[in-house]
Amino acid sequence: MGKKEFLQGNQAMAESAIRAGCKLYFGYPITPSSEVPEYYAKAMIERPEEGITFIQAETEVSAFNMVAGAVATGHRAMTATSGPGFSLGQEAVSYMSAGDLPGVIVEVMRPGPGDGEILASQGDYFQAVKGGGHGDYQTLVLAPYSVQELCELMQESFELAEKYRNPVILLSDATLAKMRESVELPGYVEQKDPASKPNALRGCGKNEPHKVVTCGDGPVQWEEFNARLQAKYKRIAENEVRYATYNLEDAEIILVAFGSMARVCESAMKMAREKGLKVGMIRPISLWPFPDKAFEGITGKKFLVCELNAGQMVQDVKLAVENKRDVYFYGKLGGTTPSPKNVLAEIEKLGGESK
Amino acid sequence: MRKYVYKRPEVFTDAITTYCGGCGHGIVNKLMAELIDEMGLQENGILVWPIGCSCLSDRYYDMDAYMALHGRAPAAATGIKRADPSKCVIVYQGDGDLVSEGMAEIMHAGIRGEKFTVIFINNAIYGMTGAQMAPTTLLGQTATTAPAPLGRIVDNSGYPVKMAEILAELPGVIYSERVTVNSPQRIIACKKALKKAIQLQLDGKGMSFVEVLSPCPTGWKMAPTKALDWIDDEMTKVYPLGVIKDASKEAE
Repeated sequence: MGKKEFLQGNQAMAESAIRAGCKLYFGYPITPSSEVPEYYAKAMIERPEEGITFIQAETEVSAFNMVAGAVATGHRAMTATSGPGFSLGQEAVSYMSAGDLPGVIVEVMRPGPGDGEILASQGDYFQAVKGGGHGDYQTLVLAPYSVQELCELMQESFELAEKYRNPVILLSDATLAKMRESVELPGYVEQKDPASKPNALRGCGKNEPHKVVTCGDGPVQWEEFNARLQAKYKRIAENEVRYATYNLEDAEIILVAFGSMARVCESAMKMAREKGLKVGMIRPISLWPFPDKAFEGITGKKFLVCELNAGQMVQDVKLAVENKRDVYFYGKLGGTTPSPKNVLAEIEKLGGESK
Repeated sequence: MRKYVYKRPEVFTDAITTYCGGCGHGIVNKLMAELIDEMGLQENGILVWPIGCSCLSDRYYDMDAYMALHGRAPAAATGIKRADPSKCVIVYQGDGDLVSEGMAEIMHAGIRGEKFTVIFINNAIYGMTGAQMAPTTLLGQTATTAPAPLGRIVDNSGYPVKMAEILAELPGVIYSERVTVNSPQRIIACKKALKKAIQLQLDGKGMSFVEVLSPCPTGWKMAPTKALDWIDDEMTKVYPLGVIKDASKEAE
């Protein structure tokens, strides 16, 4: 076991990114993600031997495009933002998807719509998972539920982005970002030469040029271009599903939750078990690709999907069970997070009686 | 002994440009190709292209290239140059791209003094999309979104934007010059300006900026020869030619 430290989510995540070899950070401060640019700005000054570059961009529009440009050279780069900033970045997420660019974006969700609030929310599930930008594209979306997992998935985001040459969204929220937990920081990841990566812009000399081009060239070419992207998404969907299951063996009611809401549900599940209620949980970790297979073969149970929104992931759960199972929803809006007792009350409403 | 007096730049591919007859883009594209050959930029250079009439330009060069989103070329170039400052990054933008959609990106790249070269093609019109008004369209000049008889009117659309002067105000911009390509002498002067701007980048100075007044006979609805005259008669009155700023000496 390595050293345990008591760290804030945003800061621990930023340190994990640096250790993953992400030495380029471009971002615009926005609550509740601002400790990430602050961490990078400080690291750039205090750790000159690591060669860190931090740029405070004029807008998220620019920050996302800076990330796109930087990763096009084979270097690791990221940005972190929240709600309104994430919306501004969608144009570039679409671009990075089309351009096979491994940009990594942390979206620290806060409740919208509009300017919204700066509390915790999961209201940007659709935007992250279904593609908030234009065109047919998919990004990998990873949803941690602890500071430890935030650190681990931060590092994994870079690996997956480069493996598939596709943007990855690490979906955090204000609770995960701001809370402090005991965490064992992941170590430094050995880096490949950026110029050795596929299609890295580097100056071609007399060799075949490297180009990042997302402009179509007529319907035939553009259909092929899109088909190639879809084939990539199929590969990702087949290989990168991640989820955790809890107490499914005898469960009569199965909670489904991700991110910080899954932490609440985990506690609610324990409370329910103490009361003798047979409650289990499925926790999607990859929101895209969505873990449909976690639901395969489960019959005769009730699913209670809990989210900090008006009901977004619940649609994917219904798709996963092809509308053939009982799926219930419990959500909280506006930045409020329910207590485990609130969730327990919902479980009891579904008829899980004490035995 | 055979002596070449002219040859096609080696960096050019066999692709044929899609520019209209009399367009200035092709002239500037060729000057860039000549400079890439002369300055040996193929080895270490990255071209960042915009959206607009030049959005197919990457295919004219055997060069590493990044075709940016509309207006975002200076942001993408910032990412490229910051990731690897040893590269020679040349950003090419039109007026819709640089002045309208990407005003924030170019201004802040200049504010930060990003050490790359920006070539700005000002033809006072949106060429690719069919002759709509640009922020650089002259007062009274007609466009499909500023129709006759009034053309562009101040009350509705304000005044033409003088980017070479605006950027020259920024300490991070080391060099700013406005040139044109409507005569052989001026094409030579344009090449000289581009060469200086690229050399300043190779020397590690701040942002270098060259605005090129470029004919668009199709968008202006004029014969190509008349378009060349129109640059002298109308455009240069609003957009005077010359070196607007050269701080390269002070920066030494």
